[in-house]
Formats: sequence, structure tokens, C-alpha cells
Amino acid sequence: MPTDRVQYISKSDNLVLSEPAKLKAENLHSEEMIINIGPQHPSTHGVLRLEVLMDGEIVKEVVPHIGYLHRCFEKHAENLPYNQVIPFVDRLDYVASMNSEHAYAMGVERMLGIADQLPKRVEYVRVLVAELNRIASHFIAIGTYGMDIGAFTPFFWVMRDREHILRLLEWASGARLLYNYIWIGGLFYDLPVGFEDRCSDFVKYIRPKLAELETVLIENKIFVDRTANVGVLPLDLAINGGVTGPMLRGSGLRFDLRKVDGYSVYPELEFEIPIGEGKMGTVGDCWDRTDVRMREIYESLKIIEQCLQKLISEHKRTRDFDPQALVPKKIRPKAQDFYVRAEIPKGELGFFFRSDGRSDVPFRCKCRSCSFVNLSVLPEISKGILVADLIAIIGSIDVVMGEVDR
Amino acid sequence: MSTFDQVLTLVKDSCTHGEVAVDENATPRAIKISAHDLVEVCQNLHRSPATYFDMLSCITGIDNGAEAGTMEVVYNLYSIPFNIHLMLKVLLSRDHPQVHTVSHIWKTADWQEREIFDMYGISILNHPDLRRILMPADWEGFPLRKDYKHQAYYRNVKVEY
Repeated sequence: MPTDRVQYISKSDNLVLSEPAKLKAENLHSEEMIINIGPQHPSTHGVLRLEVLMDGEIVKEVVPHIGYLHRCFEKHAENLPYNQVIPFVDRLDYVASMNSEHAYAMGVERMLGIADQLPKRVEYVRVLVAELNRIASHFIAIGTYGMDIGAFTPFFWVMRDREHILRLLEWASGARLLYNYIWIGGLFYDLPVGFEDRCSDFVKYIRPKLAELETVLIENKIFVDRTANVGVLPLDLAINGGVTGPMLRGSGLRFDLRKVDGYSVYPELEFEIPIGEGKMGTVGDCWDRTDVRMREIYESLKIIEQCLQKLISEHKRTRDFDPQALVPKKIRPKAQDFYVRAEIPKGELGFFFRSDGRSDVPFRCKCRSCSFVNLSVLPEISKGILVADLIAIIGSIDVVMGEVDR
Repeated sequence: MSTFDQVLTLVKDSCTHGEVAVDENATPRAIKISAHDLVEVCQNLHRSPATYFDMLSCITGIDNGAEAGTMEVVYNLYSIPFNIHLMLKVLLSRDHPQVHTVSHIWKTADWQEREIFDMYGISILNHPDLRRILMPADWEGFPLRKDYKHQAYYRNVKVEY
């Protein structure tokens, strides 16, 4: 590209034209002001822009502006064969790629009608890596949330422990974040030899660290003061707003798609669904949401232990096991509409497929992303609060902008 | 009588304007209704103690292309207490695609309908705040339409795909 060409003309009204503010300065009452938070601000967890109408330090209205990280996932998906969409699916929720891949692969397999034929070992490996990734994602959520409201140490602790998970997953798939490991009809590779031992070592290592993390952050008086009774999301609003995941469970509903739908091998595994009980304040406040994430890590560890147990006994590695045995050469589902959903760390990830039966390319692939829907209740729960609490609420929603903007 | 039949009866009773058809080729099973009946049907499905579809999981827009001349909006409903799924389909003309909002029934519809407007140019009637959501406000065209051609330049920057 010639370097002499002007690539972008900076004008002062560019932002106004591309993303005009909804609130108008001329409609303000006295003492009111409009503050613009983001899109480049560490506490908005990526590129989220908030237009905040404030009266002194009281937030009166919040208008989120999103789309700064829009990468045309759905348009790309309409131009690519089903199996080549998986790397794009990775990049939706980039801190929990395994979970998103699992949801996507499951949907296409069900459309093809091969979902029941998958070897049990493949299913257990899928659940194992997905739960490892769930822990990594919750670590990010809890660590960055702590940092948002002033607790710096836990962030380093969770990043240190997350590194172990990333190394395990890198060992299995070759990539640290965007794995492309779960394929339609199988896996990229079987687990490497020795993975099970290393993974159970990790489970032994992580338990005491979690207790430490809980003491230093979750039960910390400053943390409790900042989060309890803040950003209360009532259950009826949560359901009406389509909120899912730890946010919905924080509001007190025992609703987890791993139990409700019982997909993959989750019905064969024993684990609890933690819900918010209002231990420190009101049910559905920021503390409850964080606490649910914390306790979900323990449940994920339970699932990992059970998977490992199965993977070294009943479904252990054999010389002739081929995880790609069922991977179809040509992925051409019959003409149909299909909606699949699965529980990823942030909530319900859904894919709506329309296949025309004539090509390998989806006619329509819509991603129902949980962060997008969860974020949409932000204006409802942040009325009449302090601006510092607004930051606390954004952190507790645990948005990943890659998934919001797709 | 299965739950789907109950739902179907309820949908049929609430439709006054157009035909009701069952689409067996969808998972979960789908009911096609007229766009004029949408709000009434949704309201009844949401309120009825027999179905209680309290969660709107997903709204999808679909463009069937210029030859077909139609667009579709697909609503995926879910009832938490009864654990039933339902897909509602609405067929729209491609020349003047418009559909009534359901955001007064489910708040989650607000942003999802904005996204459909943004991507397909389907105008959502009575929507409280219909603006583009993912694309910039001064972007030309509706990207997910099948005959979409992106603009050559945006702010003097070449648009490449």
C-alpha cells in the first residue's frame, strides 16, 4: 500500500457521526452532566463505551454503545464451510474458546445426526477441556473484578494459576487461547500421554489456592463493602431480560443448562449448581454473582476429577483410538432450522443454524451471545447509584467484548 | 395431548389476521404465524399459565435473497418452569420489511431487535430506541442482506473484505 495516501482523516466530529450520543446536552437540567466512559478504559473490560448522565456523583441514566469490536462473525460464517467456522467461534469468547467450540460442534453434530455415535472418550475429553477453560474464564472474571475495585493482589494470583491451565490446554491443542481443538465429529488430537497425571496434579495444587483466594478477596471486608447490596438484579428482571449464567444464578434461580438440557456426558457426572443466597447483602447483588463464580470453580474441579477418573479407567487411551474417526469428510446437513444452546462460563451460548441442504456452507448462522444479552440489563440495574458502583456492576456482569460485538 | 399441541392451540386461538402453519423441519418445532399476529401471540404465550414462555432466548433475522423476495424473523422462546421450547417464525416482504416490537413483553428483545434492524434493515415498529447497534450510525447498507455490497470507502479508509 502506498504510504503517501492519506488513510484516515481525523475530524473532530468523526465520533459524533459514527456513534452519536443519545443524550443531548440541551436537555440537561442544572447540576446534571454527561460523562463519557470508554471505549478505551480499563474498567470497561475492553471496548465498551458508556454514556452516563450524572447528577453530581449519582448516575441517572446509562447508555451503552457497543460494536467497536465487531468482526462480522455471522457474515463470515455464511461464507465458510461448517468446519472452518470453528476458529471464528473461538474468537467470540476468547477467554473460554473450548466452551464455545463445544457448543458449536454439538449443534452441527446434532444437525448431521451423528451426536449419539460419538465415542465416550471424545465426550469426556471435551467436557474435561471445557471445564478447565471454564475455570480459566472464571479466574479472569474474578481477578479483573478484584482489580476493578482496588484489590490488586488476587489478579496476579489468578493469572499465575490460570497459566497452569493454559499450559495444559496448549499441551493438548498447541494453542494458548484459540484452540480449534474440538472438531465437528471428534477432536483434533487425543490427549497427550501424561496429560491425566499432570491434570490431577493441577487439581491437587489448585484447591488450597482457591481457599486462599476466597479468604483474600471474596470474604475480604473491603470487597464485601464494595459489592454487597450493589447492582441488585431482581429475578423477574433477570428472566425478562434474558440474563443467563452466573448472573441469573446469582439472582437465585438454580438454572444451568448443563443440568437442564443434560447435554454431552454431564448427566453422568455429579456436581452442584451454586446460586446466590444473599449471604452478604441482597440476593442478586454483585457479591452474589462473584461468589457463584467462585463456587462454580469448585464444581468444575469436581467434574474434572470425575472425567480424569473415567479417562484412566473405563475410557482409557488405546493405541488404535482415533479421535477423528467420526469427523465427516463433507459436512452437509439436510435442509432445516436448528437452535442449539449450551452453558459457557458467561451463560447460554446459542447458535441458530439454517442449512439449505445443498451446500456445505450455513445459509444462516446466528450467534446468541450471552455477554450481549447480559450487558443489555446494565441500564436497568444502574439507575440512582454512585459512579464507582457502576464500575463494580460492569465488572460483575463479566462481559467479554469479543462476544458482545461478535 | 402433548405440550406442543397445547401451545399450537393457544397460538391458533390468538391469531386473528393470518394463517398458522407448523414447520416440522425445525428443531425445536416451529410455528409460522403472520406478522400482524405476532404481538398478540407473544403476549398470550408469555401470560398463559399453561405455557408461560418467560424467556426469549434468541431473535434471528434471515434474508432469503432477492429471488425469494422474503425475509424472516425467528423467535426462540423458552419456558423455564415447563422446560418447553418453541420457535416462532414470521415471514416478511423484502420490499418493506417491518414487524412489531416485542420488547414490552421481554426486555431482552430491545437490543436483539436493534441488531436485526442494524443487520437487515427490518424496521421494528414501536421500538423504544431504534438505532444501529453494532455498525457505525453512518454506515451504508445492511450487511447481512444477501445482496449486500459494502461501500468502497468509509471515512477515506478503503473497506476491504
